[in-house]
Amino acid sequence: MPPWFERHRLLIDFAVASLLRRKTRNGGLLAVYTLIVFVLGSIMLFGEAIRREAAAVLSGAPEVTAQAMRMGRHDFSTRADIQKLGRLLGITHIEGRLWGYHYDTASAANYTLQVPPAEDSAHALAPGETIVGEGVARLRKLTPGGYLFLVSAEGKLLKLKVKEMLPSASALVSSDLVLVSEPDFRSFCGLDPDVFTDIGMRVSNPQEVSKAAEKAALRLPGFRFVTRADMLRTYEALFSWREGLLLAVFAGALLAFVILAWDKASGLSAEERREIGILKGIGWDTGDVIAMKMGEGGLISVTAFLAGAVLAYGHVFLFSASLLEPVLKGWSTLYPRFPLTPSVDALELSTLAFFSIVPYMAAILVPVWRAASADPDAAMR
Amino acid sequence: MMARERAGLKVRGSTAAAALAGFLVFLAAAETLHAALAAGPGRERREATRALTTQLGLTDLALFTEARYTRHRSLADLHSAFQDAPMAMEHFPAGSLVTPQRAFPDAALRAGTGD
Repeated sequence: MPPWFERHRLLIDFAVASLLRRKTRNGGLLAVYTLIVFVLGSIMLFGEAIRREAAAVLSGAPEVTAQAMRMGRHDFSTRADIQKLGRLLGITHIEGRLWGYHYDTASAANYTLQVPPAEDSAHALAPGETIVGEGVARLRKLTPGGYLFLVSAEGKLLKLKVKEMLPSASALVSSDLVLVSEPDFRSFCGLDPDVFTDIGMRVSNPQEVSKAAEKAALRLPGFRFVTRADMLRTYEALFSWREGLLLAVFAGALLAFVILAWDKASGLSAEERREIGILKGIGWDTGDVIAMKMGEGGLISVTAFLAGAVLAYGHVFLFSASLLEPVLKGWSTLYPRFPLTPSVDALELSTLAFFSIVPYMAAILVPVWRAASADPDAAMR
Repeated sequence: MMARERAGLKVRGSTAAAALAGFLVFLAAAETLHAALAAGPGRERREATRALTTQLGLTDLALFTEARYTRHRSLADLHSAFQDAPMAMEHFPAGSLVTPQRAFPDAALRAGTGD
């Protein structure tokens, strides 16, 4: 072994022994430190993963959705509105969409009733048939071939045979969906034959979406046009807001930890000062003392960072962020069970490492350097 | 040696610290490997979900099903959360957590107000 290696090894031996002499204090600090990194890491990993998931799945949404507005409220679109749009350059497909909400008293949950688009042959339904999402099937214990009974607000009963279930992997967008045929939807909701919930448009060139929306807005001036980019922006803003809110709630705990760590790291106890004095007295030089004390701090902060980050990854990607779920869930009875695609972002991890390790180490350095450079005689008194 | 005996350790402190760090680094490496292995199936799953979104023309995530303006966040009325009374408290926890729609583009607002 080279002498420098053995020397540093002895310093680490001494640092570990020194940490173990104050087991309870250092153990408590390590536990709180790890917990803080775990919570911060979980929020960061979850926020990034769900943002990525939302951006990926919503990239298949209609390029433009047009909603009729009346007195500031959402109103039905009509066949006449669709005809008014006619043929617009760049818009490849225009279709009236039928969807709405249904509060199911049996499971105390809100479902989204929707009619599959006419060109979607994979989900074509005959009257009396339905395709349900993962959440609806879970709540109502449905299997293909089973029956789903819905009762409208007017007491109208709709008996639907479950044709199939939407894949559970798509639960993030389809958990609460109940797909029904157009005749069933119209009779259950009491809709006139020529009205639609809104109008979906497909635009062939992504560069022309806002131009197409502007042109369509000229033909339907009372409508609100929501582009896919707006949807993505809405979700980006929403998750940033939630992530920020979680961090804000957590800020109090974080501040308490910062005070605790600062107090522990920057204020050496009389015992520690005496210890440094003795080490200097028996011949340690200032560099050795600083290296030993930095080793102590490094052991705590690096262990806390590694343990916290490893636990955060496990929590978010192996246990579906179960501790953060109540915050997202709110009062939703029907919360989707969706897997998040794991990923490790080097920049995120470096940021977490920087903010969890560097301030702690910096807080140690100055008081240790001051005590180590003092006269041993004065330090021991 | 003395320090180790005083602390009651059977191994040297540096060996114990290296073992702990090695174990944590091993776990981190295992998780990185897990992420790399899960990337392929994750991409396929996302692609399948994206295809479903395209087929059905879905517009929003089914995350917050408690109220209509949280279920279809991007298509909700701009003022639906506060429609019951001007100073009404928000009813749903999710509603208190989702951001106001400040990010809406000019085009949408112009179209909404009939310009």
